Amino acid sequence: MSNEVVQQSKIREIQAIQVTQAIIHLCQQANFSLGKDVLAAIQKAQAEEKSPLGRDILGQLLENAALADREQLPLCQDCGVTVVFLEIGQNVHINGGDLHSAVQEGVRQGYAKTYLRKSMVAKPFSDRINTTDNTPAIIHTEIVPGDRLKITIMCKGAGSENMSRFAILKPSEGRQGVVDFVVKAVDEAGANPCPPLVVGVGIGGTAEMAMLLAKKSLIRPVGSPNLDPEVAGLEQEILERVNALGVGTQGLGGSITALAVHAEAMPAHIGSLPVAVNLQCHSHRHREAII
Amino acid sequence: MTIEKTETINITSPLDIETVEKLHAGDRVLLSGVIYVARDAAHKRLVHALDQGEELPFDPKGQTLYYMGPSPAPPGRKIGSVGPTTSTRMDSYTPRLLAAGVRAMIGKGSRSAEVRESIKEYKAVYFVATGGAGALLHRTIKNVEPVAYEDLGAEAVLRLLVEDFPLIVANDIYGGDVFEQGRAEYRRGGN
Repeated sequence: MSNEVVQQSKIREIQAIQVTQAIIHLCQQANFSLGKDVLAAIQKAQAEEKSPLGRDILGQLLENAALADREQLPLCQDCGVTVVFLEIGQNVHINGGDLHSAVQEGVRQGYAKTYLRKSMVAKPFSDRINTTDNTPAIIHTEIVPGDRLKITIMCKGAGSENMSRFAILKPSEGRQGVVDFVVKAVDEAGANPCPPLVVGVGIGGTAEMAMLLAKKSLIRPVGSPNLDPEVAGLEQEILERVNALGVGTQGLGGSITALAVHAEAMPAHIGSLPVAVNLQCHSHRHREAII
Repeated sequence: MTIEKTETINITSPLDIETVEKLHAGDRVLLSGVIYVARDAAHKRLVHALDQGEELPFDPKGQTLYYMGPSPAPPGRKIGSVGPTTSTRMDSYTPRLLAAGVRAMIGKGSRSAEVRESIKEYKAVYFVATGGAGALLHRTIKNVEPVAYEDLGAEAVLRLLVEDFPLIVANDIYGGDVFEQGRAEYRRGGN
């Protein structure tokens, strides 16, 4: 975003229908085509993996990605809960409808039009009735400077999301406590989250903020280090420890359990050290658009 | 398919005990024949039917269950993407179904100690398919028939005819466990 744009105080109008159309496209793109960052990470893992079986399965995943893209079949039958991040420039005005409804309509149409699986159930602790259109999407909004609207979607399957972990450590447990907690989470998750994983880690803030940081860290390009060298060092140490676990591709044993570790940190209360782990499977479906 | 045919064992479902006896954790298998799709909600209903003394919507003897909920069939196709779901959610139902005659299961991820014991007791086998390869596995599906619980949508019971469906034996009748074996081989110091 250029400085010139940021300095304008003029309100920019965005039509709600533009948001819906962008979401429809993102749902399709995310579910049929793995991003270049994810493909490159899987290729690198295949080159480095010591297990012959692991290398073969990583090859299957690359073949699956090529086929899904070519034949317009979902990369995975679990097309996920649709997590939508909206970064809304403070000079944006949404016209012609309600923003959240526009997002939900995009998910509804995106999942219906392209034969994606609808996986959301209402009454989750009792009747579990499928809402039939994959709504509601989980929407996170953030107000940022500027006059653009950035939309990022991530399709999150149950296999990986079910392995999320959270704890508030004692401040005395420090860096080592954080590393051990994350490594244990990946170890215990084993094959279930479909490794090789992208490991999202949120440190600090409050309970809900730590988990949001962990989830948001996943939408960085795979393997891009945190800009803070101290956090980047932590990511590297966790990655080495996780890959020494031996879990491997699909949990069948191997030298690569994670493609990358992404961590985000922020200040916390003097009495707290929150740490959250949100895992993403190898089929890391994340896409973004800017309106 | 990247798995080389020379290293694989070809089997046909429904499976007999003799076939199951030949399988060991870590073996690569190409499975052809009939398999039944059932996941969370269908398992709940199947076990409820057994509890009520009712007949199951299919004869489970010697059959293979696939823990899977497909994506919808696009026009001109029989089914969408068809990869496995996490098996451990079915663990609490599995011993009952093995006792009723089910001989094989396909899913992803490890099983509970109770399920592993049941696999030995009833001479069954648990296979894993590659999670997140649903478009690739789509190619092995030759026919799709609805069997029961169509109101469950993606969780309905289906009968699939498959050809050369690529699998790995995860738990065998001898107590072998591919996850434990694999992890032991590649785990490095400190952890």
